[in-house]
Amino acid sequence: MTSSSASLFPRLAEEGGHAVPVIHQVPADGVFALLWVIIALPALGAAIILLGGGNRTKGFAHLLGCATVLGSFAISLVSFFALLGRDETDRSVGQFLWTWVDAGSFRADMALLYDPLSALFLLLITGVGSLIHLYSIGYMEHDERRARFFGYLNLFVAAMLMLVLSDNYLGVFLGWEGVGLASYLLIGFWQHKPSAAVAAKKAFVVNRVGDIGMALGTMLVFATFGTVAFAPVSEVAGEAPTATMTALGLLFLLAACGKSAQVPLQSWLLDAMEGPTPVSALIHAATMVTAGVYLVVRSNFIYDYTEVAQTAVVVVGTVTLLWGAIIGCAKDDIKKALAGSTMSQIGYMMLAAGLGPYGYAFAIFHLLTHGFFKANMFLGAGSVMHAMNDDVDMRHYGALQKAVPVTFLTFAMGYLAIIGFPGFSGFWSKDKIIEASFGESTLVGLCALVGAGITAFYMTRVMLMTFFGQKRWEEGVHPHESPKIMTVPLIVLAALSVLGGLLLFGDFVTDWLTPAVGAVAHHELAFAPWVFSLIVTVVVAVGVTIAWLTVGRNEVPRTAPQNVSFVTRAARADLYGDALNEELLMRPGDRFVTGLVGFDDKGVDGVVNGTGTAFAGMSGTFRKLQTGYVRSYALSVLSGAVLVVVALLAVNLT
Amino acid sequence: MTTLAVSPLLSESVGDFTKPSIEYFDLSPLLIIIGVALAGVIVEAFVPRRLRYVVQTLVAVVGTIAALVMTVFVALGLEPRGDNAGFGAIAAEGAIAVDGPTVFLWGTILVLTLISVFLFAERHLEGGVTAFAGQAAALPGTEAEREASTKGLEHTEVFPLMMFAVAGMLLFPASNDLITMFVALEILSLPLYLLCGLARRRRLLSQEAALKYFMLGAFSSGFFLYGIALVYGYAGSMNLGDIAEAVSGTIGADPLLLGGIGLLAVGLLFKVGAAPFHAWTPDVYQGAPTAVTAFMAACTKVAAFGALLRLFYVGFGAARWDWTPMIWVVAILTMATGCVLALTQSDIKRMLAYSSIAHAGFILTGFVGLNAVATPGTAELTSLQAVLFYLVTYGFMTIGAFAVVTVVRDSSGEATHLSRWSGLGKESPFVAGVFAFFLLGMAGIPLTSGFTGKWAVFTSAWQGGAWPLVVVAALLSAVAAFFYIRVIVLMYFSDPVGEGPTVVMPSVLTTIVIAVGFAATVALGVVPGPVLDLAAHAGQFVR
Amino acid sequence: MAGSSTTLQTAYFGSYVPLLAIIVVGVLLVFAMFGGNALLRPSHATPEKLLTYECGVDPVGEGWAQTHVRYYVYAYLYVVFAVDAVFLFPWATVFAGLGWVSVAEMGVFIGFIAVGLVYAWRKGVLTWT
Repeated sequence: MTSSSASLFPRLAEEGGHAVPVIHQVPADGVFALLWVIIALPALGAAIILLGGGNRTKGFAHLLGCATVLGSFAISLVSFFALLGRDETDRSVGQFLWTWVDAGSFRADMALLYDPLSALFLLLITGVGSLIHLYSIGYMEHDERRARFFGYLNLFVAAMLMLVLSDNYLGVFLGWEGVGLASYLLIGFWQHKPSAAVAAKKAFVVNRVGDIGMALGTMLVFATFGTVAFAPVSEVAGEAPTATMTALGLLFLLAACGKSAQVPLQSWLLDAMEGPTPVSALIHAATMVTAGVYLVVRSNFIYDYTEVAQTAVVVVGTVTLLWGAIIGCAKDDIKKALAGSTMSQIGYMMLAAGLGPYGYAFAIFHLLTHGFFKANMFLGAGSVMHAMNDDVDMRHYGALQKAVPVTFLTFAMGYLAIIGFPGFSGFWSKDKIIEASFGESTLVGLCALVGAGITAFYMTRVMLMTFFGQKRWEEGVHPHESPKIMTVPLIVLAALSVLGGLLLFGDFVTDWLTPAVGAVAHHELAFAPWVFSLIVTVVVAVGVTIAWLTVGRNEVPRTAPQNVSFVTRAARADLYGDALNEELLMRPGDRFVTGLVGFDDKGVDGVVNGTGTAFAGMSGTFRKLQTGYVRSYALSVLSGAVLVVVALLAVNLT
Repeated sequence: MTTLAVSPLLSESVGDFTKPSIEYFDLSPLLIIIGVALAGVIVEAFVPRRLRYVVQTLVAVVGTIAALVMTVFVALGLEPRGDNAGFGAIAAEGAIAVDGPTVFLWGTILVLTLISVFLFAERHLEGGVTAFAGQAAALPGTEAEREASTKGLEHTEVFPLMMFAVAGMLLFPASNDLITMFVALEILSLPLYLLCGLARRRRLLSQEAALKYFMLGAFSSGFFLYGIALVYGYAGSMNLGDIAEAVSGTIGADPLLLGGIGLLAVGLLFKVGAAPFHAWTPDVYQGAPTAVTAFMAACTKVAAFGALLRLFYVGFGAARWDWTPMIWVVAILTMATGCVLALTQSDIKRMLAYSSIAHAGFILTGFVGLNAVATPGTAELTSLQAVLFYLVTYGFMTIGAFAVVTVVRDSSGEATHLSRWSGLGKESPFVAGVFAFFLLGMAGIPLTSGFTGKWAVFTSAWQGGAWPLVVVAALLSAVAAFFYIRVIVLMYFSDPVGEGPTVVMPSVLTTIVIAVGFAATVALGVVPGPVLDLAAHAGQFVR
Repeated sequence: MAGSSTTLQTAYFGSYVPLLAIIVVGVLLVFAMFGGNALLRPSHATPEKLLTYECGVDPVGEGWAQTHVRYYVYAYLYVVFAVDAVFLFPWATVFAGLGWVSVAEMGVFIGFIAVGLVYAWRKGVLTWT
């Protein structure tokens, strides 16, 4: 996309007291000319590995996979610093590649937009992606289909990069579907397990529902603005009717719910843990599931004009952060507990994104820190599973801190970060969101605060059950530390989990994002920010204490107790999300389809077959008229002639 | 008033006789074909037996091509007529109208004739002789017949006979007065009667077919002739233009006119094979040599529909409200008969015969739609344009399909029984595929010419207000699709019975026929535009 | 106009009235003559007298007899020339005024018929045995 369609100077549309930024792109030059390579590298890797076939690429696939992502990371890093060196008004770089679709009045370009928002995403995706790729070399070492695994991972990275780099909704949709596909392939990677195959299918189907929102939203954008590119839409967004903006906001929220596993489309994420653990870390914790947040933040020029949709985003975020947290409390499967936590944390991000310009930057900030510490913890969980012969039940763990010291330490860093231990990255990012949500509404703020407490509880529970207490190991399990290739990424991620908060130093991240998402003066709060921090810390401490009292002090049973409270049962059953889906959607659907099949079998086929039989019968009867005797033919000609003449006369002479 | 009652000739003295003017150039395609037919007779008389086949084929092919070339020149030279959208002129003292539709039909008939000649000339399938009887006069099953067979005799008279028939076919839609039309009808019919009886195999069936066709044809000619007499009695003239004038000058119905219309319709509807005058079609199509069936099914129908269009649009156009209900009934009856009776046929040629009856019904739908004038600049089609286009698509599909029938054989000749076709898809995927394509075309599946043809006639009929007819036609098309697809299922999803059919590799001649039919069916299905435009450009009939 | 069409028909058919009268009279005459004959003549039947009269030769075989197909071909060829002559006579009355082109045209016409004759000749139709 060239800058021809955008005005030369950024025009700030005034709306409700804050400035909605208008995207103004400058042509890509210098290092930015390499933007397309960032996507092309992993795409190429995927193409080589997947098209070349597992057997031919077995020997080098993992190296190639890592190399492409590392290459993309390098370019992203250089680009980032180049962008840093630019004027604040010049930080939207557009690169036009080619015209993708040109049909009548519809035109979509294959063009990239590199601005502060996508820059951060690039770093997260390629950076964390590289670490996880490296980790996977070790994790998947004994898998026969490791080459294919790396092919899929590269495919995912390419699609995800496409998603965040595209300068229009159609390109986003391409990436959106691409990551959906990769996610499907990777969840079902161990397709010999029926549970994995079912989980993959479930993820795919639920995501379809969200994709409808994305597709309809894209169409509505085109119908409203006549283009799907961000820049021109952001220029004229203020002139569109509010109802349209609300519709757009809700449609994109639906899309975000699907991809980011937000209530009511949350059910697939827990099952998605059937995939290999690096997949859970990369796709279902750090990157893909945050695409919904990206979409909302990127569409800030839509949400800023519709309070209804913003409120909906806040509601969805708040409900999900509690929902995920509660589920996380009851899970014995370490990955599912972490998955619940992921849902919950993304809920925080959505909540922040729903707060408008005030919250966008914090949403992204939390997204980054979460990417670090959650990837760290997932990989840590993978390392633990590696040690425990792929057992995921925490009731079979215990007292692992000595057996896997590196894993323990790195996991602990992640743990401290997520519960918001002062000084750790999560502390800074979550604190800001809670503070901001109190600015929005006390109820929302309280929910967020309670969520923080629950988070502290269940994460402490995970920590205690895994690393402390008594050994509850299965027989024949001899835990051992993972190889270097796995621990080094853990260490790097642990460091990032600790230090991620530095991004907020001097309000760097909020200032940095201002050109992309806008900025607004902070709300007036009832208390000073440090009071909030104190309250949050206290609540977290309460959560930790409760966990210590209930889990840490007591013996953990090797099998889950059955005579538990209703709340626990509900949480174990994912708060009946699946049951609800089944009852509300699947059963009626089933009944409807059964009815249709019955109607088709009896009604439609009956009519068709009946008609067929009737015609065949008629045919059989009338063919007897074809006697083969000329005399009868002549008679039929004669009677036909008489009929014709008589009919003509009768009709016209009466 | 009384002067009308007496022939104009009698009132003139001999001295007023003027030499009739004949527009040799305008009529050249017709004259060439007649010349070729006569040349064929001479060749038959003087050329040694072993050379006759080659010479006859060459004469027929070259003559047809020459006629075709002249048709193009005639078409380019047509003068626009001031009054309406018509082109061309009345030639031969008012006997023949050389106008846009005439030239279009001439071109169609001649192209179809050209590929039919190839089909007639095929010698490969019968082991070095044509598919026609070695000695027609020899009784079936006698020593004489065997002798003729062992000597490898063949009747090369089929080529001149065919050319005579073509001459009649060219004259039929061009004739501008009723007597010329009748003469054309006889010229085209008589050779066909003979050709039908000339099959080399299954001669009794063939002769029976010829006799039936002849008797019923003669019978229907009688109706036609009587219709001419009544109309002459009404209008006092044989000329279509004069008849049209008389009709438009009449208020109220006249029994003479109505009777005449009815009886003329019988004669023409018999030729196109419309119900209830269709009874001959299956028997004759089955009995006749397949090459003749192909030629007859395609070209006769084109010519007869041309004549029907001219007679009713030009001659009786002003009385359309009198005859439209009758044609409605006939159209529905024809489609229903064709589609329903085809369902239970067990012989491929009979099935195709019923299919051609059904097609006649579809064409009648377009014919009766009476959308005379299309709004310029819109996608509207005139009835004439739609019918002309349909005739082209139908002709190529039909000849192609029958050509495929000739190559599927067993020890007793062509394997026409449907059970012999089962499993053909495994035996010869290529031939089965081509045949399946023709069947899909006839069923009117999109991307085949059958679809565009049906689309054209249904659209024009709808625009002309005959929507109930279109609904019936569409429903019956669905019935028709059943029996076409039944054959496809049989070819592809059934196992061969017994030894199964064999596909004999034909010579290049039949291959060309099949290829041309196939190509036309594809081309007219995918890019119908040029031919539709050509049909539109043909304009209207002139008087 | 409907009225005038009726008059037209009356006039048209009216001119055929004398013809009809002649036919009626003719038929009546035949009946009258044969009737008169039958009334006046004596009747003395013998077997010989009841035989079919055939040029004085005794009848042989059945009344239904098959004729050789060649008679048909001969008759047909004759009819061709008869028709040809029907066209030739009127032409002969005017051709002097029409010039040589018309002679050529008539030559073509006769040529057409001649082609048929030539074909018949070459195919051996004209040889009787």
